[in-house]
This record gives sequence, C-alpha cells and structure tokens, in this order.
Amino acid sequence: MAQNNKQNLVLIGNGMAGMRTVEEILKLEPEKYNITVFGDEPYGNYNRIMLSPVLANEKTLEEVMLNDDAWYKDNGITFEKGKKVTEIHRTKKEVTAEDGTVVPYDKLLIATGSTSFMLPLPGADKYGVIGFRDVKDVDTMIEAAEHYKKAVVIGGGLLGLEAANGLMKQGMDVTVVHIMDTLMERQLDKPAAKMLQKSLEEQGMKFLMTHATEEILGDDRITGLKFNDGSEIEADLLVMAVGIKPNFELAQSAGIHCERGIVVSDTMQTFDPNIYSVGECVQHRGTTYGLVAPLFEQAKVAANHLAELGYGRYEGTVTSTMLKVTGIDLFSAGDFHGDDDTDELLFHDVANGSYKKLVLRDNVIVGACLYGDTIDGTWYFQMMKDGTNISDFRNTILFGQAHLGDAGHGDETRVAAMADDAEICGCNGITKCEIVDTIVEKKLFTLDDVRTHTKASASCGSCTGLVESLLAHTLGGDYSSAPSKKPLCGCTELTHDEVRAGIRKHTLKNHDEVRQTLAWKTEDGCAVCRQATNYYLLCEYPEYNDPESRFINERAHGNIQKDGSYSVVPRMFGGMCTPKDLRAIADVADKFNVPQMKVTGGQRIDMFGIQKEDLPAMWKDLSDAGFVSGHAYGKAMRTCKTCVGDSWCRMGVQDSTGLGIKLEELTWGSWMPHKYKLAVSGCPRNCAEATIKDFGVVCVDSGYELHVGGNGGIKVRVTDFLTKVDTEEEVLEFAGAFAQFYREDAHYLERTAPWIERVGLDKIKAAILDDADNRKVLHERFLVSQKPAQIDPWKKHADGADANQFKSIKIKVEA
Amino acid sequence: MSNWQEITPLDSIPVLGSRVVETGTVNIAIFRGKDDNVFAIKDECPHKKGPLSQGIMHGDSVTCPLHNWKISLVSGEALGVDEGCTNTYETKVEDGKVFLSL
Ligand SMILES: Cc1cc2nc3c(=O)[nH]c(=O)nc-3n(C[C@H](O)[C@H](O)[C@H](O)COP(=O)(O)OP(=O)(O)OC[C@H]3O[C@@H](n4cnc5c(N)ncnc54)[C@H](O)[C@@H]3O)c2cc1C
Ligand code: SF4
Ligand code: SF4
Ligand code: FES
Repeated sequence: MAQNNKQNLVLIGNGMAGMRTVEEILKLEPEKYNITVFGDEPYGNYNRIMLSPVLANEKTLEEVMLNDDAWYKDNGITFEKGKKVTEIHRTKKEVTAEDGTVVPYDKLLIATGSTSFMLPLPGADKYGVIGFRDVKDVDTMIEAAEHYKKAVVIGGGLLGLEAANGLMKQGMDVTVVHIMDTLMERQLDKPAAKMLQKSLEEQGMKFLMTHATEEILGDDRITGLKFNDGSEIEADLLVMAVGIKPNFELAQSAGIHCERGIVVSDTMQTFDPNIYSVGECVQHRGTTYGLVAPLFEQAKVAANHLAELGYGRYEGTVTSTMLKVTGIDLFSAGDFHGDDDTDELLFHDVANGSYKKLVLRDNVIVGACLYGDTIDGTWYFQMMKDGTNISDFRNTILFGQAHLGDAGHGDETRVAAMADDAEICGCNGITKCEIVDTIVEKKLFTLDDVRTHTKASASCGSCTGLVESLLAHTLGGDYSSAPSKKPLCGCTELTHDEVRAGIRKHTLKNHDEVRQTLAWKTEDGCAVCRQATNYYLLCEYPEYNDPESRFINERAHGNIQKDGSYSVVPRMFGGMCTPKDLRAIADVADKFNVPQMKVTGGQRIDMFGIQKEDLPAMWKDLSDAGFVSGHAYGKAMRTCKTCVGDSWCRMGVQDSTGLGIKLEELTWGSWMPHKYKLAVSGCPRNCAEATIKDFGVVCVDSGYELHVGGNGGIKVRVTDFLTKVDTEEEVLEFAGAFAQFYREDAHYLERTAPWIERVGLDKIKAAILDDADNRKVLHERFLVSQKPAQIDPWKKHADGADANQFKSIKIKVEA
Repeated sequence: MSNWQEITPLDSIPVLGSRVVETGTVNIAIFRGKDDNVFAIKDECPHKKGPLSQGIMHGDSVTCPLHNWKISLVSGEALGVDEGCTNTYETKVEDGKVFLSL
C-alpha cells in the first residue's frame, strides 16, 4: 500500500454498482483515496447485463468487458483479482481475504451484488445444474451446448427467457418450466404475456406452464426432472432462474444491520458510518433492486458522499423493463395491473401483434405494459416519472407521440420504421444509419455521447427526441443504464432545476460562486452552462450581466450571420410606423451601404450584412431617430404582431394595434429562457396568427381571449386557451404574470410550448389564473425585472459602452 | 526569429473575452483567460471559417459561435471528435501590455 497521507478506500465486489461508484469518485476526487478493489471473479469488471447477448452469440466476451487490468493500474488502483473477502474487522478497520491478504481501510464500500437463488430440490447438487449470473455460468452453458442436446430452464421471468433464448441460439432444444400460468407475471399482464409466449413458441421455445419441479434426476450428472404431478422430462442441463439472493452474509457476520439486504440510509451509508454499500446487496427504504438503473443512481450518491461533497440523496427509483431477445419488443413499467381507483387505456391489434396498455390514476400514468410496438415506451415512462397530467391528449396518447402534433419531438415514434438514409438532424445533415453505426461502433450510451460523436441534435436540438429514441432502439435493454436525470451539461451532475434551486438556496451571486458552491467539474464551465447559468442569474438579479457568458448575438446585440456579419432590426411597436420612421431607416441603410433588407415574419424591418465595426454608429443614428433595439437576436421578447383591428377592418371588434403596442411596451427588452413572441388579432379570424405565439390575444365582442404556448417553428403547436378577460388592463396583467412565471420556471432554451407540455397547463393555471394574488405578485416581479431591461442596449453601446468589443486593433507587420 | 509586436494594454481585453487584431493579411483573435494568460489564434474556425473571436471562451479553449466546435487556444486544434486545425501565435504580457509574436 502506498505510503502517503491519503485515506484508504476498500471496495468489496468489482461488479457493476461498485465499480461505477469508484469511477464516479475518480471523476470527483481522483486524489482523495488509495483505492483497493477486491473481486472474487478472475477478471476485471464487465457489463453483466450483456451476458445474455454473449450467450446468444450476438456479442463477444471482449465486447462486454468494461475495465481490464491495465485500467486499474493506470488509475492507481490496487486490484486484488480473484480474491474473496471473508472477514470484515470493524474495530481494527481492516478486511481479510480467503488467501490471507489483509488490507486496512478508512472507508469501506460493500458491493457484493447477489447470487442466483437455487431451489433446494433433491439432486440440486448434480453436475449440469447452474444459475445464470456470471461469466462462469455462460461458459458452462456454452460448453454443455457442445456436448448435449436438451436444456431446461426453470423460471419464466426476464432472466429465464434470456437464458432460454441464448441456449436455443447455441443449438439446444430448450424447455422453459414455469410455476405460473403466464410468463413474466411481474412485468406483463395476461394478454401481453400470451403474445410473448406465442412469439417465443414460433421461434421454437417450448413451455411447461404451471409445473412445479419436485426432484432432479440422474447420477453424477442431471438426466431429467420430475414434477409434482408425477410427469418427467429429459434434461442434460438445468438453468435455475427463479430469482436472486442479495449477498449480505459477509456484512451480517461483521455485525452490520441487515434485513433482506444490507440496510442503508438515503446517503447509502450502512449502520456503521465508515461503511457504505451499493448494488443488489442493499436494502433501501425497504426495497431491494435487481436492475442497473437504480444501482447507478445509488453509485452516484455513494460517490458524492465518499468524495465528501455531502449533498447527494438517493430516494429510490421507478424502474422499467425491456427484454433482450432479438425480435421481441416489450416494455413494462410501474403498476401495470391497476386497481379500483385507476383507469385503463387499451389498444390491441392482434393481426399486427401490437398491444398497449396504460394505467392512469387521476390522468397521470402509473403503469405501462407494451408489446410489439414499444417505441413510445420511453415517452410514457418519462411522463410517468414526471407525473405529467395527460388529460389534454388522453384520447390520442395510445397512438404515440407522433400523433400528438407536439412541439418538440414529433415523429419520434417513426424512428424504427425510418429508412437508413433518412435524415435525422437537418442542421448537420446526419442520417439514421450514421447515428446507429456510431452508437454501435463507439459503444455509446448517452445522448451526450451521440452528440459529441455525430453532432446529431447538437445544433438547434429539435431532433433530440429522435436521437434519443434511436439510442433506446439501438441499445435495447442496455439503454436503461443511461442516467435518468439529465445534467445541464458535461460540467456538472446537476439538472437545470437543481442549478436554479442551488442559486436560490445559497443566494449565489455570480458564475464563480455557482461553479464553486455547486461543485462544477470545470473551472470556467463551457458554452452551454455559461449561457444557462447567466440566464438563471439574471432572472434572479435583474441587474446581473456577464457579457462573456452570453452568446455573441446577445453580446453584440445583433444576429450573427453565417459569414460573420450581423443583421439589425429596429423595434417598431406593434408593427406600427410612420413615414418619418421609414425614412430614417432608409437613410441609415443608405449611409451604411446595407446590401439587403427584408420585412420579417414578425412585421419588422431587417437590415442584413452589417460589419460588426459599423454597429455602434448605425445604432446611434437609429437611436437618434427614436428607435430602440428589436432584440431580434436574443433569447428575449421579440415582437408583438398585430392586425389592423377595429380602426380599419370591418370585422374588427377591438383595438388590436393599440393593445399590441401596449403589450410590446410592457414586455420589450425582457430576457427570456428562449425567444418569446406575442400577437393580437382584432377578431376570431385571427389574421395576426395569435394562436401560434407564446402569448396570443384574440379579441372577441365581449373582451379578450388569452392563449399561451404556441409555436410556429419547426414543429407547429397551437396555443392552449388560458382564459377570457374583459379589459385591456387584465390582458396586461396576465401578460406580465405569464411571462414572469415562464421566466422563473422554464429551463434555459426551453420555449413555452415544450415547457407547457412538460409541466402541464394545470400548473400554469394554478399559478396565474386560479390564484389572483399570485398573479399580481408575478406581474409585480416582472415589472421590477423590466426596469434595468428596458434601458436600450443600442443607445448604451452607441454612447460608448463596451466600445472595445466593436473595435478591432489594426497593426502593421514589418516584413 | 520571433518578432514581438506590442498590441494593446491587457486591460482592454475583458477577462474570458477577446479582441480582434487585423494585420492586413490575417485577422487574429486574442483571448484573455481567468489568470490573465493571453492566447492568440487565427480568427477563423477550421470548420467553416466562423469568427472564433466571437465565441465563448472557457479554460484554454473557445466554442465557435457558428456550430459549436470547440477549438484549443493552445494548439489551434479542434477538440473532441471534430477534426481540423487553425494557426495559433505566441503571446506574452509585460508591464500590462500584450505582445504578439508574428
Ligand atoms: C444475465 C443477466 C442479464 C441481466 N440483464 C439486465 C438488464 O437487461 N437490465 C438491467 O437493468 N439489469 C440486468 N441484469 C441485472 C444486473 O446485471 C444487476 O442488477 C447488476 O449487475 C448488479 O450489480 P451489483 O454491482 O450489485 O452486483 P454484481 O454485478 O453481481 O457485482 C458483485 C460482484 O461482487 C463480487 N463479490 C461478491 N462477494 C464478494 C466477496 N466477498 N469478495 C470479493 N468479491 C465479491 C461478485 O463476484 C461480483 O463480481 C441482468 C443480470 C444478469 C445476470
Ligand atoms: S435544425 Fe436541428 S433538427 Fe434542425 S438540424 Fe438542427 S439540430 Fe438537428
Ligand atoms: S383578425 Fe379580424 S380584425 Fe384583425 S384583420 Fe383579421 S378580420 Fe380584421
Ligand atoms: S465554423 Fe466554427 S463550428 Fe462551424
């Protein structure tokens, strides 16, 4: 053991949970510990869940190895390979292995996993009777397949069916014996289980349902099984896959409190404060887990505390299941049986072999069971975890996300059916097969990986949903290992919401404080988190601004074009203008040789092709003529589009232009999570297209209808109707309150449409419609934030603020 | 054969920000890091010639404003899985002034 003043950390069990914890610690505090790892298997750690594809000849053992001996060495870890720890001495703080090796610890991590549960039947000790847990079991099965013909698997659950499928692929004649009358009863309801059984039978698998084994026959080696009804079956190999048994005897014999597993707190600490535990050997809040997704979350929390950051909490995990049998798609999550208080949505297409069932409680998904067409599984699961209220699309939800006409992810459900050369990411021109190939070749697990390696969805991001489903589709069961919460970016483990909460809780005032207090992994952050954090800070403190953390458009107050020039859009409130205004714009355009001008979709005039150096002078002229910035470049309030309304139009019932001007005067200059557009139409004919805006007003005879969350972008989304009000004053109050609620609640770069779909319209109604006091408070806060925001940035810069930014330094180089 | 040329006072570059130097033949972006270390790089992204001076700087790299490639300010190479390279120049800071070696 190295002689230094680092503490000693010892890990018992180099399986998936334990090694994940070590990797997380290395990321957080690489220098903190001398690490020793004991593993009683004679190899480095491997991806246990991929043993099924290995058995089915779809992957090789090398492909599923995660860390080899060299990795341990490179990371300075002492690897006690093939050594089983037999004793933990808690008072001496040391562990002893079978071969006598003794290692002292300051902190101990127990991750001993579990073992296959072997039915205590007469004859269970014969050759050829095994479980399905590790490489050794797979080797035994592959070898048996070379010499013998008949295999029996006891257990019709996930593991049993994967074992049976693999043995079939190895050429054996396989019978699955199951005690219940349907397969996978813990994951599937009866109709789905029947469909599964039928497809497996078509592939050649045999089943003996409701059969209880009584005895294993044979001399040294197994020759058959006898059931309790007296019948028998021949067998040369028997795999028991009836469940797992958490490995906690070692911990228990050291006096650590255990029940059905090693009992741990929300910080993954056992009853001994120096001993942590993660993985299948653990019992947390009364639950033990047998899937990797929760174990990886546990690993993250344990690492957080072992690195002494001290803020991670594990609060349990909702898990979902997929079966890794090629050609069979099933998905199951949550309470898919339901009870008296739940509703069931059901879709069953026998001919196409497709079955979908959702269980709802108060319009929130609590369980899902899909067979055949499972591509929407991840979508349902996400809504289940988020508690999304689905009442708005309850009658189409079973047809999948593609039928929703939603804002963010549209054709997600199409990905499986898409042609290989179909373009997934329009910005970067990436096709489906490029993405799939990269995922397979580079062994990618997460959306971030796919982004860095292919650039798909790295630009505008609107294809994110598609890329995610491709990932899920390509990886199959492996995808469950992707983290369920999405960090803001690679610099932090925290999500958008957690960063925001952190800023509020610790009253963090600037970027450095955020990165230090919230334990960022990088010193300066990156382009993604700097911009997001900047927005969250300025939303808390309206005066805040850090230009170097803003995208260039917002720093230069112009829209950068692909040749590096800028475009300039002066604000015209409500789209109204005078001959004098137009003349002033024309003069500016002449003076600066503007190569091209255009009327924008938002009823403003855009001047293109401006060099950065010219911007301040141009703004000065525009500012002198009375214009302010149109913010056409920013994540900000853009324009309020209007129709002429009752001043000219014979249909008009209210003064839509007048109201539009008031709305724009109220909201201009406001920084938002994303761009934000308004419109007012003078009557329900809706010429100003108010129902595809973030905040739209449609005038009616008796007042004003307010609509929110529309989007006319890549994916069109029609607004949700919020309410009807009687007066212009009320419109303005709602406009301010809605904007402020969006500013304070949405993630950076989330437009109102996906935001509303994520949090539900009910949440918005509760905040600004049902609670009049809260609406007033929000509106007030909006006004406060607008004070510094409505100092015109163009005038500021024309007056010389930050002038260096626009001036290049000209030098002469002597030859 | 380095030819040091005085460019600008250090203070005229914002921390984590940049200025553009025009030599007549080439535009060079100079960046100032957290520790007042100064980098100089040709103001042309190896991808599609985006102006790197307008990107967001972090550590010793900059993210191009056009398509988010990350470029090392030390080597001029694209980081991560992107491939491409642009010129970098030696810099020094003396008496609060930035010098560039051309
Ligand atoms: C065939 C198969 C398919 C699976 N498919 C999926 C799937 O599709 N999706 C999913 O989410 N999960 C799946 N699982 C479950 C998943 O693999 C486990 O949940 C996960 O591996 C448990 O991790 P762990 O670290 O707790 O235990 P393990 O990975 O079992 O690691 C424990 C390690 O500790 C070692 N050890 C135990 N005691 C000692 C000791 N005293 N001294 C030294 N070393 C010791 C063991 O040898 C073992 O290597 C599958 C499991 C199997 C077997
Ligand atoms: S515009 Fe987009 S879908 Fe769009 S291409 Fe961009 S990142 Fe992908
Ligand atoms: S929306 Fe109504 S009032 Fe406005 S222009 Fe159209 S028809 Fe006229
Ligand atoms: S030009 Fe720099 S990333 Fe494309």
